Amino acid sequence: MSVLKEFTKGFIKENPTFVLLLGMCPTLGTTTSAINGMSMGLAATVVLICSNAVISLLKNVIPDKVRIPAFIVVIASFVTVVDLVMQAYLPDLYATLGLFIPLIVVNCIILGRAEAFASKNGVLPSIADGCGIGLGFTMSLTILGAIREILGSGSIFNFKVIPEDANGILLFVMPPGAFLALGLMIALVNHIKNRKKAAA
Amino acid sequence: MEYVLVFISAILVNNIVLAQFLGICPFLGVSNKISTSVGMSAALLFVMTLATTVTWLLYTFVLVPMHIEFMQTVAYILVIAALVQMVEIVLKKVNQSLYQALGVFLPLITTNCAVLGIAILVIQKNYGLLQSVTFTIATAIGFFLALIIFAGIRERLELYETPKAMKGAPLALVTAGLLSLAFMGFAGLVNAPW
Repeated sequence: MSVLKEFTKGFIKENPTFVLLLGMCPTLGTTTSAINGMSMGLAATVVLICSNAVISLLKNVIPDKVRIPAFIVVIASFVTVVDLVMQAYLPDLYATLGLFIPLIVVNCIILGRAEAFASKNGVLPSIADGCGIGLGFTMSLTILGAIREILGSGSIFNFKVIPEDANGILLFVMPPGAFLALGLMIALVNHIKNRKKAAA
Repeated sequence: MEYVLVFISAILVNNIVLAQFLGICPFLGVSNKISTSVGMSAALLFVMTLATTVTWLLYTFVLVPMHIEFMQTVAYILVIAALVQMVEIVLKKVNQSLYQALGVFLPLITTNCAVLGIAILVIQKNYGLLQSVTFTIATAIGFFLALIIFAGIRERLELYETPKAMKGAPLALVTAGLLSLAFMGFAGLVNAPW
């Protein structure tokens, strides 16, 4: 039961992107389409699950004073693994996401979960936590990517949804569109939260 | 001439925050007041220049000869973390007033993706040492420019009534979007392949 709770909290209640506002750089930088957003989210999820598992196993071995550098080394190793695997098997995707793959190292979500959760809990809850938060992050990135793709190029997951000769609003696949779309999404989430609070 | 192009392009055309999305956390976090943004930018300029120099040397003279380029990410993050710690300790001993001005921002910089991002970027772009340093300084100035303008706008926005749902992050992001739109006007200013 509690494992399930750790898993589900990342989607809505502690959604890293729309509620906690963590990991903003990849959120803005890679969501030019639904697929790019989803791939970035999944790459981060893999790193998060692995690092959470290893850190929760090592939590009694790592001295308290050097825990942050130790966590960073663990995370950086998994990022390198993901980086090399993507470079070998998904070269096109790797070229699109580019710099943001190595930058998973400095994503505050991952270090944040290591410090706040994995260093205090057992392996199983930590893996569940990593899955939940990671998939919550993936979900938000996919939603944001899909919105930008629909508005910007009139397609979703590369399927055209507007007439062939019509153009999308190009602004939304360019950098300013990322800021605008994310800002309005968060405003929407806040609005729903406010209304719920008012109703209660 | 080439250096001038690198400089202008990194400040205006490919602005690190508004076009490349690096260093968004401090951009949104410390941009409430103009004074804190100046401190943050100065600390970033200092650390970024130092970090790029050291990591460039490390890559060229250690990682490449030993054929362990794949250790780049691990090596860089450790070097940057150690460097920030060292800067903090040295600054505390040598210049107390500067330490007080920049001190609070230094720990934040370790996990700033701009520092690691630029260090990796200059290797990807095959820049020489001098070119890398120029690029880094220009990038930091670009960060400073974006942050100052943004902080100025936010200080004024404080005075206005805004919808409840837009308060805080949403308003900041939309403002950043408009600022980014304005910076897009510089596109085409430098026709260079970077």
